[in-house]
Amino acid sequence: MTTLTQPAASGALATAWQRIWRARRLVERNIMFYRHQWIIILSGVFEPIFYLLGIGLGLGAIIQEVTLTDGRVVAYAAFVAPALLATAAMNGAVFETIFNVFFKLNFAKIYDGVLATPMGITEIALGEMMWALMRAALYAVAMFVIMLFAGLILSPWGLLIVPAALLVAAAFAAAGLAGTSYLRTVNDFDVPMGLVVMPMFLFSGTFFPISIYPLPIQVFMQATPLYHAISLIRGLSTGSVGTAQLWDLAYLVVFFAVCMWIAMRQMERKLIK
Amino acid sequence: MTVLAASGRVWQRNWLVYKRLWHRSLAFGFLQPVLFLTAMGIGIGALLTPASLEAFGGVEFIDWLGPGLLAAMAMQTATFESTYPIMNKIMWGRNYEAMLSTPVGIRSIVGGELAWGAFRIGTLATIFLVVLALFGIPRSPMAILAIPVAVLVGVAFSACLIAFTATQKNDVGFSAIFRFVINPLFLFSGTFFPLTQLPDELQVVAWATPLFHGVELIRGAILDQLDPLAAPLHLGYLLLMFGIGAWLAERNLARRMAD
Amino acid sequence: MSSQQSLVHARALTKRYANGFTAVDGIDFDVRPGKAFGFLGPNGAGKTSTMRMIACSSPVTEGTLSVIGMDPRTQAREIKAKLGVVPQHDNLDTELTVRENLEMYARYFDIPRDVANRRTDELLEFVQLDERAKDQVEPLSGGMKRRLTIARALINDPELVILDEPTTGLDPQARHLLWERLYQLKRRGATLIITTHYMDEAEQLCDHLVVMDKAKIVAEGSPRQLIDQHSTKEVLELRFTDAVREDLNGQLNGQLDGLADRIEELPDRHLLYTENGERTLEQVNLRKIPVESALVRRSSMEDVFLRLTGRSLVE
Repeated sequence: MTTLTQPAASGALATAWQRIWRARRLVERNIMFYRHQWIIILSGVFEPIFYLLGIGLGLGAIIQEVTLTDGRVVAYAAFVAPALLATAAMNGAVFETIFNVFFKLNFAKIYDGVLATPMGITEIALGEMMWALMRAALYAVAMFVIMLFAGLILSPWGLLIVPAALLVAAAFAAAGLAGTSYLRTVNDFDVPMGLVVMPMFLFSGTFFPISIYPLPIQVFMQATPLYHAISLIRGLSTGSVGTAQLWDLAYLVVFFAVCMWIAMRQMERKLIK
Repeated sequence: MTVLAASGRVWQRNWLVYKRLWHRSLAFGFLQPVLFLTAMGIGIGALLTPASLEAFGGVEFIDWLGPGLLAAMAMQTATFESTYPIMNKIMWGRNYEAMLSTPVGIRSIVGGELAWGAFRIGTLATIFLVVLALFGIPRSPMAILAIPVAVLVGVAFSACLIAFTATQKNDVGFSAIFRFVINPLFLFSGTFFPLTQLPDELQVVAWATPLFHGVELIRGAILDQLDPLAAPLHLGYLLLMFGIGAWLAERNLARRMAD
Repeated sequence: MSSQQSLVHARALTKRYANGFTAVDGIDFDVRPGKAFGFLGPNGAGKTSTMRMIACSSPVTEGTLSVIGMDPRTQAREIKAKLGVVPQHDNLDTELTVRENLEMYARYFDIPRDVANRRTDELLEFVQLDERAKDQVEPLSGGMKRRLTIARALINDPELVILDEPTTGLDPQARHLLWERLYQLKRRGATLIITTHYMDEAEQLCDHLVVMDKAKIVAEGSPRQLIDQHSTKEVLELRFTDAVREDLNGQLNGQLDGLADRIEELPDRHLLYTENGERTLEQVNLRKIPVESALVRRSSMEDVFLRLTGRSLVE
């Protein structure tokens, strides 16, 4: 039996660290589960690749070129690929934190069992976050390697793509975790998927520059987190990095913090009665 | 009770569940094509030069894309309805076990589920067509034919996927089907770009896949450019797929329920 | 008794939920080490809420509670490290196999892998699931899942094991196997807290019982003490045909009057509390009361409960 240090004796920082460290148990648990179901994880790697082939190259052969916000002209595939990478990071994180956490929270009651051990809400939330991040990171790295070999990374800034994708994944993982606690039945999934994730996928500048729309609609699109995720990663891969990317960064950090706060509060509400 | 009447009961059971959610289902059925056409149709359309439109046979990109998306919607809806819900009725909720202890038999279950799929896709295709009309896409009253074709695409996929689901012991295989079958079909069946863009060998492969035939027929009907020679071939392919799928579905489900 | 000697010490313990419902209303009790302590009561009496407070999964609203000498408010993690919890509804990890459930649970407790592996082997054998180790959890029978949950609760070698209705919903065979395993556990010196609404379970397993009803403790003692205090030695159960009941139309109670210390009228039978059931039955026959069937038995916790609350345990 491990002796647990008294929080009072070791200080708040040490306690926080202890919880973060103990959260890795949830990652272990998920690895244990996916050991038999690795195909689920692996198949996600191919989604952005198919999109890149279908839209980026298939449709891209007809479209050929796109003008970036800074006036530079790039191949359509180079325009779409970073957006697909950002979307893959989002999907990896969101599927894990929305669907799987919902299932564990409401049907399997897995967390009730976990909470009977020295693991707390913080560990569960952080653990699921870490796991979602790992899954998202896998997709981001796979896509990064493909972009690299396909010559779709046009600038040395591209080296920062993977860390940026991790921030994107963290932001969406926290959002998913916050959102899932508001869902009551499986039918409620239509709402986040149909009204949030899909429209965002379509309207965040993934497949075309949003400048073709009237200004009010553009402003609305710029309010979505995926727009900033794509803008950040596209900026890095094409090398058109400016103050816009700093804003993207700031947006994502704040978005992450707010969602994480809501997620923790909601998890506590759901699990502690 | 005849097989047909019993199928009706299976259909009715789905209706009882659905009627609590129908408004939401129809709302999303309307919203989805609106969003897709506004985004992909108008957004990507704006990137295309008049010269490049020749690849789409001279029609606007949104006109070309809309019918393709309708066919893809039929496939995706059928796929979703024939995986998790069917698995639930086989394994998790054991509804089929309960039904089979009544005069309802395997053939009626498969028939009822396919009829249900046809109903769902029929309503969604109708809504989709209304949306296409709002975007001014259909060229002639022939466009109405897109609805039965979409239903045929739907039941053909439903039948094959019920046959697949009946063999599965857990839902892991579904991820593989979605990612490795449905998604590539969505992207490479002439939905987003003409197959003439593909290398010749891949065009042959694309010809062999089912969604392509649905896309061709639906696009032909809506844009009033059905090819009288090719259309019967497309139709024959889909009918054959439906027939084989239904036969396999009944066989596999009977085996599964006998376990 | 001072709180040092008791493993769980509660004074004026109260649980009030956000909706204003008071599930536990100022109860006092002490659980001594090495004993099996039972909470007996019908559904909704407050047993589960009490258990959840002890298990640190539900905050105490008012009053004092100390578990293994620690305060659940501030030392929940430390307490949980020494507890084994069997909740009312199994919450096994259905995505993992039988063995993985135990291995993973050990990881949550930070138990080193070699120790965890050894304990997993031992516990699977203890709950007779060693042959199902590689199976998924879902297809297991209710009794097997329950046994796995109990094995899981023992993975950290707990000082105190909390079992909330361990055998509810199980068939008789599965119940007896579980009782036997819990009895083994008790003999090894574990402290158990058990809630149940089965009087036979309470009598079989518990050294000390509290009877709960409507959020309060209504009686406390060993099963024998409670029966001696609140019931007679024997009970005579009489059944009458519907026709007789109608004929006598209210005169039945008058005819039975004076035959026993106390008479309870239930919808389907009459209970006559008496020191000697056979003799009372003779008197019933002497009075020529047209009985359909008669049964003499010893008093049980069911009778205690009926006496204390005026209601049956299992409704």
